[in-house]
This record gives sequence, structure tokens and C-alpha cells, in this order.
Amino acid sequence: MQAIRLEEVSKQWGEARAVDRVTFEAEPGSLVVLLGPSGCGKSTTLRLIAGLEQVDTGRVLIDGRDVTALPPSQRRLAMVFQSYALFPHLSVAENILFGLTARRVARTERARRLARAAELLGLGGLLERKPGQLSGGQQQRVALGRAIVAEQPLCLMDEPLSNLDAQLRQEMRHEIRALQQSLGMTLLYVTHDQAEAMSMADRVILMNQGRIEQDAAPAELYDRPASLFAARFIGTPPMNLLPLADGPGGAVVRGTAGPPLFAGGGEGLALGLRPETVTLAGAAEEGLATEVLAAEYLGADSIVALRAGEARLSVRLAGRIRPQPGEPLRVTWPGAAAHLFDLSTGRRLDEAAGIRLGAVRRRLA
Amino acid sequence: MAESLAPSVDRPSTRRPAGRAAAGQGGLAGWLLLLPAAVLLAAFTHYPAVATFLHSLYSTPRGSRPAHFVGLDNYQAMIQDPVFWQSLWNNAVYALGTIPAAIALALVMALWVNGRIRGRGLLRLAYFTPTVLPMIAVANIWLFFYTPDYGLIDQVGHLFGAGAHNWLGSRSTALACLMVVTVWKEAGFFMIFYLAALQQIAPVLGEAAAIEGAGRWYFFRRVTFPLLMPTTLFVLVNAVINAFRVVDHVVVMTRGGPDNATELLLFYIYEVAFKFWDTAYGATLTMVLLAILAAVALGQFLYFDKRVHYR
Repeated sequence: MQAIRLEEVSKQWGEARAVDRVTFEAEPGSLVVLLGPSGCGKSTTLRLIAGLEQVDTGRVLIDGRDVTALPPSQRRLAMVFQSYALFPHLSVAENILFGLTARRVARTERARRLARAAELLGLGGLLERKPGQLSGGQQQRVALGRAIVAEQPLCLMDEPLSNLDAQLRQEMRHEIRALQQSLGMTLLYVTHDQAEAMSMADRVILMNQGRIEQDAAPAELYDRPASLFAARFIGTPPMNLLPLADGPGGAVVRGTAGPPLFAGGGEGLALGLRPETVTLAGAAEEGLATEVLAAEYLGADSIVALRAGEARLSVRLAGRIRPQPGEPLRVTWPGAAAHLFDLSTGRRLDEAAGIRLGAVRRRLA
Repeated sequence: MAESLAPSVDRPSTRRPAGRAAAGQGGLAGWLLLLPAAVLLAAFTHYPAVATFLHSLYSTPRGSRPAHFVGLDNYQAMIQDPVFWQSLWNNAVYALGTIPAAIALALVMALWVNGRIRGRGLLRLAYFTPTVLPMIAVANIWLFFYTPDYGLIDQVGHLFGAGAHNWLGSRSTALACLMVVTVWKEAGFFMIFYLAALQQIAPVLGEAAAIEGAGRWYFFRRVTFPLLMPTTLFVLVNAVINAFRVVDHVVVMTRGGPDNATELLLFYIYEVAFKFWDTAYGATLTMVLLAILAAVALGQFLYFDKRVHYR
């Protein structure tokens, strides 16, 4: 049985479709991240699951139970809000126990859960304080504490780390992941930060314009982006996308004379290359002729911006390479590292489509 | 205070003797800036208060007899004045009857028009209308409502077979009638403050509470009402002051009658000072009113300050 199951869920705001026939599942005990740019519908999806908004069509199931028509309090879930939603006039302890008091949980049981949450989160000395007397990170912990003591099987988090500074965000990322695993709860986590998604998630659901773009494990999302959008969204710098054109000996990068990348036409296609898979071509190797636009030295490696025909690409070159702007460079890449996309549909074209980019370099060599 | 107002560029830690002299000059400038406000305050607030106190220790000047010092004689007379006690009692009943009712009604109305209902803009306007109207106009409207036999209330009463009743002319109902007018007028005004405060409460708090399983009443009791406490305190202070300060409707509707049943303290002061021209006794009564207001306001702030969460 799935911890969460969405079936064709849609939500309309006036003319705009905020959530468009979204269907996905989450395994019990897993951490699933809803990732996407702002306005992609990920927060709305979370609110639909929480019951804070009503779905227009479709069904929401939690633990196999249809909760579509139930109010938030009966959906058996906890939620951490972006703004933490702490009650400013209540102490930390009262904030954490708010829901248990509302649900009339016995006093001894409340005390037990509070003590446990306080220990897990290191809030021991702060229980009598008001939220206004806490730092952002501590407030975040109180919000987590409130979610933990509810002891619900499902927890929703809406950009919980976006108000923290970079270092604290890093720490909390690990902490939330560890907490989720030790408590064994299912966590549905909304973020626009791909690093957060990639480092924490068991599965990432990438959303764009209300639709699911790709639903996959982080590694697959990175290695086999299903669409141009996924390719552009994941990775820093993101995947290079080079439009192709028909050449005499096969498809070529648009605006270059060659070398041909594979037999057949290239019009309407784009070649995808991760920056770190591109290397400088040896003297004997055939490579793509490029011109250096700029180089950014980062210590361990450099990000070099190149121009090849009409396309621009960023490559990550190891070591202290400091090419000068205007310098010509020939680059190559392993065939397996190349991705091919259809520009008109935006979808990935696989080997199944009969195109084997791996063959290209072998032939070129 | 003068120093903090002084436009000095020196930081305290680097202030040298020369800087001190500059600060002295700045201090003068600060006092000069304060002067207009201080003069106005002293001339129209502090001096009248002190003068009233002094007048209360003198006799009322009449014709050829100038005022002379009588000590506490005026206060002595006041204690033996049954009308004074009657007006004080009336005022206490009036305050206790109108303030909680007006505040509770304001809160309920604010909670209602804060919700998602249709035409809530019109509803808010409708509730606020009594506040916009001058009390004199309000009193005249209600005067018609209360008119025996052909007033609105009696006309409605006739439909249910009730007889005519002289609402304002009867000792037992006159004060209650004035209280209804006051609640009707004040509630809309207080509602605006509650409405503003309610809109300051982040909706996400309600969402969090809903997920945590808090019902409406629990949420109101644990979150909304405590977060409205600063507003409640403000409204309460205003309501108490108004209960002793606004007597326009008494003038229009009953003039303190029948048989002093609607005699409020301020109206009595007005009668004594400007109808009977007993200015010294008027000053004496005014001191009592001032003392009551000061005590109430001070008590409210001292009591509530510890219990109110200010954001």
C-alpha cells in the first residue's frame, strides 16, 4: 500500500491550471521531493494533499484511504510551513504541544512526546521561550518539533529551509533526512532548490506548469533527463543543449561544418551534454571546434564558456586551465554521455529511436 | 531626552569636551523644537487641570462676593449630595452594561465580516455607519424608535399585541434605552479595530491549526483571542473613557430624567456648571471624574500589560 497516491489531481485558479492531472505515488518511509521553479504548482499540490485547498478533479489517497473530501485534521498528516507558522504568543513547549492539546492527548503522553522531540531537536533549554526570542534556525526546529510530536505517518514540508542562511540550510538538510529515516515517516518535501532535492530525496518529482515533468530517483533524473526542461533545471551549470542541423555526412551542431555526429538529419533536434563530460580533444582525435568566450576558475576546476557554431556551451575542465577568450579549443565527449532531445516536443529521444550517439565518436576516432 | 534629540554627529565613545559643548547647543535646539507642543499641552491640558483643582477649593464667585478659599467644603458637600451618588451609580451601571456588550458585539461582527462571505464590503460599511453618524443624529433616530405608541419599537410591539410603553419616560427603562443606543453606536467603531487586527493575523496560523486538529472554538480561544489582546486593551480603554465622556444622547433624549434615572456624571457636571452656574462645585465634580478616568486607565495598563502579547 502506498503512503500517498494522487490520481489525476487537477486544480484551477480562474483561467490558470495550477495543477494539471498530476498522478504519483510515494512508498511508505520514503522521502519524495516535489521540485520545480516558482509557480510550477508544487506548493499547490502539497496544499491539495494537506486539504488546505480542495481538488477540482481527481483523488487523493493517504495510506490507501480516500481523503479527498476530508478536512485537514482527519487526513492524519503533519505539516511544516515555509514561514514556520508558529504561534507568537505561545511558548516553544505550547507551540509543539498545540495539536496534542487540541486532540486531547493525555498529559503524561504529551510530556513524553515533548521530551523526546526536545531531545531529538536539541530544544531542551528553549521550551519556555517565545518564538520571537529564537533565531530562524531554532524556530525551524520548533516547527519540526510540532510535526514530530503529532506522530503521524505522513509529513509534508513546504520549502522549510528557504528562510535559513546557506550554511544552516546545509546542516538542516542532513538533519531532516536523518530524522525522517530514524522516525520512519513518509516525507513529502517541496523545494525549488535542486541541490536540496538531489541530496535528500529517494525520489524527485520534477514539476513544470502544473504538470509532472519527470518522476525518478535523483541519479536517473541527472543521468537521463526526460525532457529539455529537466535537462535545463538540474545541474550547476545545467546541461548544455546544442541545436543540431543537417550536414553532408550526418547531423552537425548548427552553425558548424562538422564533424557529423550521427547518420541522418539533425534538424529539429538538440544535443545535450553535461559540462563535466566534455573534455579537450587530443591531437589525433577529431573534435568539435569551439572558441573560448570566458573562463571561470573555481579552484578544483574551471567552468569554461565556449561557442560552437550557433550554440554556447559550458564545460567543466579539471586543473588549472586558463584559456584566453578567443582561443580555439577542440572538445570531445564519450558517446554514452550524449543526450538527444526533440526540440518540438521537448522530450528525450532514446537509443530506442534508433540513434546511437556512442557510435559517433568511435567512427570519428 | 534633549541629548537624544540633539543633531550631534559625534558618537558617544568619541565625544570630546568640544563635542560636549556642541551637544549642549543641540540640547537647546531640542528644547526649542519641543516648545510649541509643550506650550499647547500646558495651556490646554495641564493648566486647566490644575486650575480646576484650585477652583474646587474655592467658593463660587457670585455678583459682589468674590471667590474665597473654602478648603474641602465643596468635597464635603459633594459627599452629601444624593444626585452625585445617583449619577455615579448610573454611570457605573452604564459603563458595565455597555462596554462588555459593545466589545463582544464588535468582536463577533469583526470575525464575521473577516470571513469569506458575499458582499462583505457592504456589510463592513453597514456596521461602520453608526460610527460615522454624529451622536446627536443617532440620538434623534433612536428618539423616534422609542417614541411611545407610534415609535418603531411600539409599532412592532403592536403587531405582537403589546401595549404602548413610554420607554424613555419610565424610570425602569430609560437608562437601559440609552445603553442600547451606546452599544449600537460604539460596536461598529470597535469592530474596525478588531477587523484591522484580525487581518494582521497570518492565515497560515489558521492552516497550521487546522492540520493540528484544532477546532474553530479552540483556535479562537488559544490563538485569535490572545493575539487580539492588544486591540482589546486599546478598545477597552477607549470604551471606558467614552462611557464617562459622551453624554450627547442624554442631552437629546432624556436630559437626565426621569427623576435623575439617566443622570450620568458628565451630564451632571454640565448641569451644575453651566445651568446652575455653580462653577466651584462643577470643578469639584470634574476632579472626581478625572480621578476615576486616571485610575481606570492606569489600572488597565498595569493589569493587562503582563497579560498581553504585543507583536
